[in-house]
Amino acid sequence: MIEILSSGALNTVQDRGRRGLLSSGVSRSGAMDIQALDAANALLGNDADAAAIEVAAFPFRLRFASATTVAVTGAVAETRLSGRRLPPWWAIAVKEGDELTIDPPTVGARVYVAIGGGVDVPLLLGARATELKSGYGGHEGRGLKRGDRLPVRRRAPGKLPDGGVGAPPPPGRSDADRPLRVLPAAEWSDFSEGAHQRFLSVGWRVTAEADRQGCRLDGPELMRERRRELLSHGIVPGTVQVPPAGRPIVQLAEANTCGGYPKIATVIEADLWRLGQAMPGDELRFAVVGRNEALVAQREVADWLGRLRRAASLYRVS
Amino acid sequence: MSDHFTISDAGIGALLLDVAGDGAFEEARQARLLALAESFAAVDGIDDVVPGMNNLMVVFDPLAIGAEEIGRRLADGWRKSTATIGEGRSHEIAVSYGGTDLAAFAAGLDLSVEDVVERHAAAVYRVAAIGAMPGFPYLSGLDPSLATPRRAVPRQGVPKGAVIVGGGQAGIMPITAPSGWHILGHTDFVLFDPHRAAPATLRPGDTVRFTVARVEP
Repeated sequence: MIEILSSGALNTVQDRGRRGLLSSGVSRSGAMDIQALDAANALLGNDADAAAIEVAAFPFRLRFASATTVAVTGAVAETRLSGRRLPPWWAIAVKEGDELTIDPPTVGARVYVAIGGGVDVPLLLGARATELKSGYGGHEGRGLKRGDRLPVRRRAPGKLPDGGVGAPPPPGRSDADRPLRVLPAAEWSDFSEGAHQRFLSVGWRVTAEADRQGCRLDGPELMRERRRELLSHGIVPGTVQVPPAGRPIVQLAEANTCGGYPKIATVIEADLWRLGQAMPGDELRFAVVGRNEALVAQREVADWLGRLRRAASLYRVS
Repeated sequence: MSDHFTISDAGIGALLLDVAGDGAFEEARQARLLALAESFAAVDGIDDVVPGMNNLMVVFDPLAIGAEEIGRRLADGWRKSTATIGEGRSHEIAVSYGGTDLAAFAAGLDLSVEDVVERHAAAVYRVAAIGAMPGFPYLSGLDPSLATPRRAVPRQGVPKGAVIVGGGQAGIMPITAPSGWHILGHTDFVLFDPHRAAPATLRPGDTVRFTVARVEP
């Protein structure tokens, strides 16, 4: 059991989200930075689909009602366990009564707190993720608040080394200036040559309208040469829509499952975490890649996670 | 009938088959798409098959199955598809007509409120697709005389249960959410229950009739 001592309504229980239900209008939801969630679960030997806490409102504090393990990943933020500072992307054993405190991040927007075994909220539609927009899943379909007590599942056997252990960053994580890789989408060729150039050359500013549903960007207008009304169609997280005003919106974890705006591109899965960690005012760039390059990127992430899981199983001595 | 279609990438893990071209929504093409969607449901490596309005998105694991194969199946399947889907189930949905928009909506069409209610409740609607919001039905079959452009500025909180019309389509709000559609009334009909294995009440291919529970001024 863990007890929330200080929180904001944007802090939610999240896992890898719901798959296969877009056709019922059910958004994927889940962690906005899945790589960080995966790393936290891997460090603790948790199941891949274990639920953790996505922290987007700070400071965040919780107390452990019993001895367990904790991993903190994602945004770089000062993190203390009963007063002791933890390095970033770190897992450590905790004693009964220990308190975890996370200050506002210096880099990034969302911190992930995984607990040994995972947060034990009920499975709903195949996942434990909170869907804030529709108010279901996670802990009572809502953000966490002070006084909430969350049960924890039985944790993996073995214990962490004294002092804890860290995870190597996922591929490309250290290069903050790297463009987000995109594949052209259905209406790419409706946009003018000039629009393509602008889309791929300017730095797009993240506006204050950025949440779990999507991220609205500011920059020059992207004009279409061919204007046509589209009928509603399925969309996936990462879809870069361009509404009539010409400024892109990137659809994210809790996006509506269908949309009607033209789609210029789709951010590849391996780079979606960048939008989950973007803060208003940040500048983002886009670069077009081919399908093969995008597949290689996805394999690199899968390989990194596989190595981390193998390493974690070795150091968890019994 | 032209059989023009396009298949485009929606990232590396999804393909979108669009059979609408520049045309308006066509019921016959939708019936073929729904039959095609059913034929994809049991293919290994495919995570989701998402009918839209005269389009179909297939979501798959790109490390398990190639996009080329999915694309070929989509193209072949569309060419060979026939509208074999059954009649679907039928639903009667009781509506309390009235509220925020009804009078202005009728006035904008130069109709009386009674005309609007009668025409809205007289039509037989078909569920073309479920999506956008949890369990939201895109309903085709709206009386063309009730087609009205969406509001220039969407409303922030259109309430759950609102019976709405936008462009040539009809729908019902499953949750309170922003929408640019016009509100003609309200229903208590439950469209979505996350505690059911199949959470959406309506399915593509189902038919829907609205009945008049009351008309409020």
